[in-house]
Parts: sequence; structure tokens; C-alpha cells
Amino acid sequence: MTTAINIKTVSADAANLPILEIRNLAVGYRGNQGFQRVVHDVSLLVRPGEVVALVGESGSGKTTMAQAVIGLLAENGRLEGGAIRLNGTDISGWSQKQLDTIRGRQISLIPQDPTTSLNPVKTIGAQVAEVLQIHRQGSRAEIDARVIELLTRVGLSQPELRAKQYPHELSGGMRQRVLIAIAVALRPALIIADEPTSALDVTVQKRILDLIDELRREYGTAVLLVTHDLGVAADRANHIVVLKGGRIQEQGPIAEVLASPRCEYTRKLLADAPSLGKTRSAFRVRSRPIVGPDDAIVVENLVQDFALGGKRDVFRAVDGVSFTVQRGTTHAIVGESGSGKTTAARSIVGFQKPTSGRVFVDGTEVTTLRGENLRRLRKTIQLVYQNPFASLDPRQTIFQIVEEPLLNFDPLPREDRARKVHAILDRVDLPQSVLTRRPHALSGGQRQRVAIARALVLDPQVLVLDEAVSALDVTVQAQILELLDELQQALGLTYLFISHDLAVVRQISDTVSVLHNGRQVDGGPVEDVFQRPGSAYTRELISAIPGQRNANQHSFQ
Amino acid sequence: MTGLNTIGRSLLRDDANIPVKYSQVSRQATSAGHVLRILRSIKPGLVLSWLVMGVVVFWALFPQWFTSYSATVGVARQQLRAPSADHWLGTDALGRDLLARIIYGAGNSLSGALVAVGVGLMVGTTLGIVAGSARGRIDGAIMRGVDVLLSIPQLLLSLSIVILLGFGIVNAAIAVGITSIASFARLARSEVVRVRASDYVEAAFGSGGTFSRVLLRHILPNSLTSVIAFAALQLGWAILTISTLGFLGYGAPPPTPEWGLLIAEGRNYLARAWWLTTIPGIVVILVVLSANRISQSFGKAKA
Amino acid sequence: MSRYVIGRIGQAVLVLWAAFTVSFGLLQALPGDAILIKFLNPELGLGPEQIADIRTSYGADSPLVVQYVHTAINFLTGNFGYSIHAGVPVGDLIVANLPPTLWLSTLGFLLSLVFAITLAALSALSPFAWLRAFIQSIPALFISTPVFWLGILLIQIFSFQLRLVPIINPGPWQALILPVLTLAVPISAPLAQILMRNIDHVLTEPFVAVARAKGASHRWVLWKHVAKNAVLPTLTIGGILFGELLAGAVVTEAVFGLNGLGGLTQRSVNDQDIAVLQAIVVFSAAAFVVINLTVDLLYPIFDPRLKVRQGVVA
Repeated sequence: MTTAINIKTVSADAANLPILEIRNLAVGYRGNQGFQRVVHDVSLLVRPGEVVALVGESGSGKTTMAQAVIGLLAENGRLEGGAIRLNGTDISGWSQKQLDTIRGRQISLIPQDPTTSLNPVKTIGAQVAEVLQIHRQGSRAEIDARVIELLTRVGLSQPELRAKQYPHELSGGMRQRVLIAIAVALRPALIIADEPTSALDVTVQKRILDLIDELRREYGTAVLLVTHDLGVAADRANHIVVLKGGRIQEQGPIAEVLASPRCEYTRKLLADAPSLGKTRSAFRVRSRPIVGPDDAIVVENLVQDFALGGKRDVFRAVDGVSFTVQRGTTHAIVGESGSGKTTAARSIVGFQKPTSGRVFVDGTEVTTLRGENLRRLRKTIQLVYQNPFASLDPRQTIFQIVEEPLLNFDPLPREDRARKVHAILDRVDLPQSVLTRRPHALSGGQRQRVAIARALVLDPQVLVLDEAVSALDVTVQAQILELLDELQQALGLTYLFISHDLAVVRQISDTVSVLHNGRQVDGGPVEDVFQRPGSAYTRELISAIPGQRNANQHSFQ
Repeated sequence: MTGLNTIGRSLLRDDANIPVKYSQVSRQATSAGHVLRILRSIKPGLVLSWLVMGVVVFWALFPQWFTSYSATVGVARQQLRAPSADHWLGTDALGRDLLARIIYGAGNSLSGALVAVGVGLMVGTTLGIVAGSARGRIDGAIMRGVDVLLSIPQLLLSLSIVILLGFGIVNAAIAVGITSIASFARLARSEVVRVRASDYVEAAFGSGGTFSRVLLRHILPNSLTSVIAFAALQLGWAILTISTLGFLGYGAPPPTPEWGLLIAEGRNYLARAWWLTTIPGIVVILVVLSANRISQSFGKAKA
Repeated sequence: MSRYVIGRIGQAVLVLWAAFTVSFGLLQALPGDAILIKFLNPELGLGPEQIADIRTSYGADSPLVVQYVHTAINFLTGNFGYSIHAGVPVGDLIVANLPPTLWLSTLGFLLSLVFAITLAALSALSPFAWLRAFIQSIPALFISTPVFWLGILLIQIFSFQLRLVPIINPGPWQALILPVLTLAVPISAPLAQILMRNIDHVLTEPFVAVARAKGASHRWVLWKHVAKNAVLPTLTIGGILFGELLAGAVVTEAVFGLNGLGGLTQRSVNDQDIAVLQAIVVFSAAAFVVINLTVDLLYPIFDPRLKVRQGVVA
């Protein structure tokens, strides 16, 4: 099926020869359980100067595809069949030695995580120079000059200084710029960008993607962009390939696929992607049966300092944050990494004593609580963590996990506890069969449901959700968000939603506080903030949300 | 006996794990493929290690089942015989059967190692857990003490303790155990600190758990896996170190059959009776290798 | 000097002092009494009064605290007391026995480095998974081998069977061949294991994939990226390795009948010669502390990541 589509496109413009042609590619891994194929019969084309986005959720085989193209599969991986043609030459059977001659020169890589992708004990300059040395591009002096030129080109200030620095002295965004400099150094025909911005903040992401775009145009390089973010693909790609379970679901020009997805899975992905904003309006129209007269959370001038090394140096993580949350509504705290949003949440839950300021939860002053009273507060306010792999004890069964909070308070008879656990499991749409299993046997989405069940089993008033959907695939994320919405309406819960993702925040919250370097730079009803941002930072944040270019065109159609 | 129990239990647990892991990876496989995969996942080295340990444990418990010769009384006119059908591993200068001495020696070496690991495990782990749970000054005091213990080379420390306690196999074992307290304490503390920092422990506090409940329910069970794996590793090391003390003459007095002592005694007949030193050494290597391999599998099961 | 360096040195001194106290406490609490062992010998024909006199001359009957302070001051001034058994100053004994052990352990350490690096390199370069698995299992075998047994085995093979190395009246270098080999094998094992583990770990780091994507060959990556990152952490076991070397020297010297610190240690244990043993314990603790201090202070020079952290603390 997929091949048919491909043949059609090839015949449509045969003159424009592809840089990369993948035909019927199959890749497998050898594991303890025998051989497992993870990429099945994938065919695609990348033409000169084009950006092809390879989109899929975790386990879709997209990263395996990228590794296969550049010949860097894990040791237990193997090409099982098919062809990878680079400028017409099939490189799928090449030895590593042969591949070494084209890597860096004809194909290069922009990796996922800039913090671990540079050698910590070599200088930036040496690592950029290396690609030139390997391919013997000029004398030492020429290479040194070219390194400075490249670092300047990717927008690093003080390039001479940067060349002498070590990776840990640079920020994540700066490191990704260095890695881009390495990737474009020899003007390759094809760059493989494997989730190049997933580890970066949204404003940095925009700047990095802009840089890749700019260099691509300047050098005429084609880009194979591997991403889980449909918004990024929508903004940056000409052509999109949707992968699921190692098979192509659909591919075609980006505008076409966004406007009229042919396959069910693509439709679902589009609907679930918060950044594409398609379902948002439908989502928000809902009745609010329980909106109490009082405020569930009141935060007044919260300040949180941390001591740094010596006793005198302090770092102010949260600096004068104030907001109130009405009962039965959702308030979001949004910000990038280091904005203090998680610190603020932990002070509100009572995990740490704020330096100054007051926090009321359900009318109780939290900051002065100690010992037994603080423990009693847990019946009112509960926290759900970002990573459901880390927040569940691997040795407990699901039943034990959900039952545990009940054991901590007024003892209930065993049957009552079991009844409550069964009931709450129904609430979060988990089958009763998971009760005897342990967390490792559950998927990420199921685990997060367990975490929510544990939080709800004490019938709390307030749920603090710390990036609670950030680690999940977009379709799973949509399901959890829907579940949270249902629960809020049924139980009259108040949510404090901590997130870096503005698109999600806009979708589910009523009011919002925008944090930047510990300060609250914006706040109020969510639509007010999005329509009339009160600070330059909020404006930048909003404009950096991916998926706005093509999606907007699409929604006007 | 407890050793045997844990061995059996963990074997059962390993078996129980295989289908779970397998079902996670691929659900459509046939039952024939299932059996095949379980067979493939059996590691021959590990099976062999359990076998060696099992045999040695039985030697220690029921030596009379394995040999009819005495370990201490020699047979007249059978001195320094090479390995033969009568004496599979030959005889020593007093006409004692080497195999019998190795078999009876297993009890001394193994119980010594168990005592040593027991001392290290009990004292070290307790110190480590207290340090990791209490933090602050208590933590600082305990860990500085551990630093001091670590600063004295283990052999010198155990020699100093052996002088204090007097020579003998139990005293040597206790000395060896004391030198391993520091490593146990360090490991237990770092595990407790690691587990304490995890989200699920905070979540347990967040759902209203008191300190003692969270400690018992989450922190201890999750910290102890690595400590147990380390204890298995230390078992091999203890056998080795006790045999070293035995060789130097600080362990069991002759004519007690102890593996290190066997090698020391055989040293006088190097030119005439190679088997007296070579074979006990190979036995020690096999047992230590097996203990290490088993410890490694504990570590893997955790990850 | 930064506050970090001063603090680190202070900590080292504290550990050393505590090690001295522990060894003093351990050895003074001794039930056996070296003076009695030596002088109660009937052949000497000493009366009880004379023995009491000797005890007083050794300070054996003064209160423990006085003995402790006395010993501590003596240690600080380089006076380690008298060997009761040999009747000479402990310092002289150590100085006399130090050179052979120094030779043995230095050569043993160098050879173990050769072993470890060779094994690690072979494992990293081996093209087949089974070959690598085989090479990586060698250190486990080394670790499980009793040092004393290995020495005996080597004598049996090289001296008795092959007659390559004489055991009767060997030359000074010939006498060192087998002991150095015996010592190097167990020392090389943990080194090789750590090196191999580090190499395998570094090879999975994303920056290695980036280097490969630049077109670097496997060898280039191993040499230019993996080597330094894998070797650096092995420095931190320097102190522990020293302890192993010393223990290895004790056993090796016992097997080969060599004179040295190891032999001295064994004799002092046999004779319950506390002063000698305590001096050796404090001496090796000092060496351990100095080695660790050196590693800690030098580490930031090799690892740029720590320079900044140290700057923050200072």
C-alpha cells in the first residue's frame, strides 16, 4: 500500500532525483526473547532541500529508522531487508568502514539530547574541529579558522571563547547549536535530525528549529526530521510520514495530510495533539456543576530560597508568587525549566517550608503545619508526579499501591478498603485484572491512571498535577486529560496543573500563572492571558508553541 | 539452612519472573515458542554455579555421604599417593585422603564465610540504614567512622583483629567480617539515600505515611536487593580471605581440614605431590567464581 | 589555596588520627602480652622483678591515656617505639624492609596495569561478541584465585616443571619475576573490570554516536573519546588498590620467603609485636589517605567538569 503511494510520487516528478530513497526497509533487534522486527516494509523519499518529517509515538520505530539510515543501529540491531539509496547508491549493505567515508560528509546527525551528546572532557572547538580532521579538510590553522566561522554561523556569541570552553559551561540551547555546527560543517546533502529539540524549552526549541531551517535553505541540505510532535512537523516539514508499530500509516505532502488525513490513526493523532488546537473548543464547553463559593487554594506572596554551598549564598527559586484558585476549577502554573513552577507546587503541597508567604488549602494555612497536622493535610491535597515509572514502588502490586493511603488514616475494615480500591479503579477506567500485577507490567498510561487512583482514594479536594501528562505519548496524554476532566466534573475536584506545555494548559485550565525565573510575569483567566499577554515573555512563549503555521491555515479552510 | 532456604526461594522467584517478562514483549507467540524461549533464557554458567554451590553446601552438611575416608586420620603406608581409583585426588604426607579433607573442609570454609558475611551484613547494613535514614550528625559520625575503617588495608585490619581475638577459624571469620562492615555500611546507606530520593517514597509520605511505615514498606525492601547481591559477592570474597588467613597460619590449627591450610601444608611437597596444592586451589576458585556469578544474577534481576 | 583544598587536607588528617586511635585501641586491648611472651621464656632465667622492671621501661604499666598521648607524640616526632622482639627501633625495621616491598609492589602494579589495559583493549577491539564475553570473564577468574595458591602454582610450573626460574640462589631480578607476576594478577582484575565496564558504558553515551556520525572509525572513537572518559574514574580506586597491593605483598612475600614489609607484618603478628604492627597499620593508613588526597586534588585537573564545581565551593 505504502509502496504504491511512493511510486506515484516518483513518477510525478522523476526529474527531481531524491537524495535519500528508502525502499521496503525492515529492521529487527536480537533480544533475550529471540529476534524481533521493529520496522516493517518502510519506503520513503527525501528530495534535495526538502524536510521530511518522520512522526510517531514511542515504539513506532522512528528512531530505529534514523539510526538505520546513518548506519548506527545498536549492536543487536540488523537490517533485515530493503534498500537505502543515498544519491542513487544503495548503502544498506555497506561496511562500517565504507560508511565512515560518507558519515559527516554526506549524511550527518543532529542528536536528541544536547546535554549528553558532547564529550564532557573535550573542548567545544576540538569537537567541531574533529569532523574536519576526520575528513582531512585543510591544515590545522585552516580548521581552527573554520571552527570559529561555524560557531559564529550558528549564532554563538564570543565564538573564540566558546571554542575553548567545555560542554558543561554552555546551556542546552548553546550545545545544540554546537551540534548543529558539527552537522553542517561539511555541507552534507542530508541531515538526520533525531528529535533535535525534545529536550529543550519551547522558546529555545523555536530558535533552534529556525536555525536549522535557515541553514537548510542556505546550504540546500535535505532534512529527515524525526519527531513525536505533530506541531513541529506541521510547522517545519514539506512532507510527512506517519509511523506506528514500525509500519507506515500514511504519507504525503504536509498540507494534504493535515487537511484530509486518510488513515484513522493520523486522524486520531491530529485530534489528540494539543498544539494543533483542533479539539480545544469542543473540550472547553462543559457544565460546571460544582463551583463552590470559596477558594480552594490561596497563595500569597510565596517566596522560596535555597542555600547554595556556603550559608550566605541563596538562590531564590520562587519570588513573590500569588494566586487564588476557585473550588472546582483548574489553575495552571506554566513556565520553562528553572522557572520555579515545580518548587512552588511542592511548597503548596507542604513538602517544603516556604521562606516567606502564606498558602491556604481548603481554608487551612499550610505553611505553619507540622508533624501530625501536616500528615492530616494529605487527606485534602494530593500530588501526581510526572514520571509514572518512578512514582510507583516497583515491588508493590497495584492493589497495594492504591490501598496504601487508606492504611495511613482512620483504619477501615479490610472489605471496605477492598471495596474502595475496586471503586476507584473503575473511576480511572482500569480493569480489575491489573490489581494483582506490578507496575512494570503496565503501560505508561495505565501507570499514570494508577497514580491518579492512589491520589483520589482518600477523596481529596485538591489535586496537584506536576507535569502529569508530559511523559506520555500524545494519544495517551489526550486520554488522561479526558479522564481528569471527567473526574473534575464528577467529583468537583480542584486542580493545580503544573506544565511547560502551553497548548495543553490552554486546553484544560481556567486560570493560569506564567512564571519566569521565579517571578510571576502574567496571570488571570486563561483566554485573557492568551489573547492579551501582559508581558513580552508570555508573548514569546505563546508564539513559540509549535503547530501554528500550517494548522492555522488548515483551520481556516 | 537459611542459606538453602534463600537459594530455593530465589530460584522459584526467578522462574516465576520469566513468563511475566516474556508476555510483556510478545503476546501472540505459541506455547511451543514459549517453552523454547524459556529454555533459551537459561544461562548454563549460572546453572553450573548453583550446582557447584549446591554440592559444596551438601559437603558441608553431610560430608559422610560423599566419602568413607577420615579427614584427620591417615592410612598407614599410603602417604603421598598420586590420584588413583582408591584415592581420587591422592593422599597427603600422613596418608590422609585429599578428597575427604576437601569435603570435610567445606564445612569449615563455608561456615567461616557465613559468619564473616553475617557479621558484615548485620552490623554494616544496620549502620548504613541508620546513617541513611537519620541523616545529619548521626549520618556524619557513622560515615566518618566508616572512612576510618576503609583507610586501613583490609588484610592488616583483619590481622590486627585476629591478634586481639586469638587465632582460630571462628576468630578469623569474625575478623574478616569486621573488615567488610565498612563496605556494607556504605552500600546500604547509598541505597537508602537513593530510594529515599525516589518519587514513590515521596508519594508515600504524600499520601500520609508516617516515617516508620514508609521505611518498612518502601525504603527497606527496595534498598536491600543490592545489599543481598553484595552479600553473595562477599561470600566468595570471605572464602578467599579466610583461606588466606588459614594459609598464613592464623585460621584453623592443624589437623583441621581447612582449604587454605591444605594448600599451606601441601607446599612442602611441591616437587613430589603437585595435587596437594593444585586441587584445593581449584576447588576454592570454583566456589568463589560460583558465588560471584550468582551475586551477579541477583544484581541483574534487580535491574 | 582554596578553602576546598584546606578542608580536604583537614579531613585527611582527621581520618589519619582516627585510624591511629583505632589501631592503638585494637592493639592495646590485647590479652596476649608480647613482653611476657618474650621474657617469660624460662631459658632467659628472668625473675618476676626483672620482668616488672622491663615492663616499666617499656611503659607497659602506665595508664592507657598516658600511653596513648605518649605514643601519639612519639609517632608525630617520627619515633615509632622499639620492636620488643627484635630489640631495635621500629623505624629502622620499616626502613630496612621497605625497599624490597617497594620494588615488588611497584613492579607488580605496573605489570597489573599492562594486564588490565591489554585485556580492556582486547575486549573493546574484539570483533565478535563471544570473544568479548570470553575476555571479559578473565578478570572474574583472576579475582577468584587465591594469591598464595597462584604463587605456588607458578613455582610448580616455572621452577619445577619447566625449570625456567631457579628457586635456589636466584639472581636479584630472577627472584622478583614470579612474585611480581603473582602480585600483578589479582591487582589487575579489579582494574580491568572497571576499565571494561567504563568502556562499555561510555560506548553507549550519545556523544559516541555523534562522533561516529562525524565519520569517525571505531578505533578513532575508542582512542579519542572513550579512553579518557573510561580511565578517569579508575583513579578514584587508587587508595583501595594500594591496600590490595599491600595485602598482596604480605601473602606474596610469605609464599616466596622474601624479606619485606609483608614478611615483617607476618612476623610481628606471630610474635605479637604490637609496636611494629601498629606502626605498619598507621603507616599504610597514612599512605592510603595521602593517595586518596592526591587523587581528589588532582582529579579536577584531568576532568574539566569538576573545576567549576570546585570554584563554586571555594
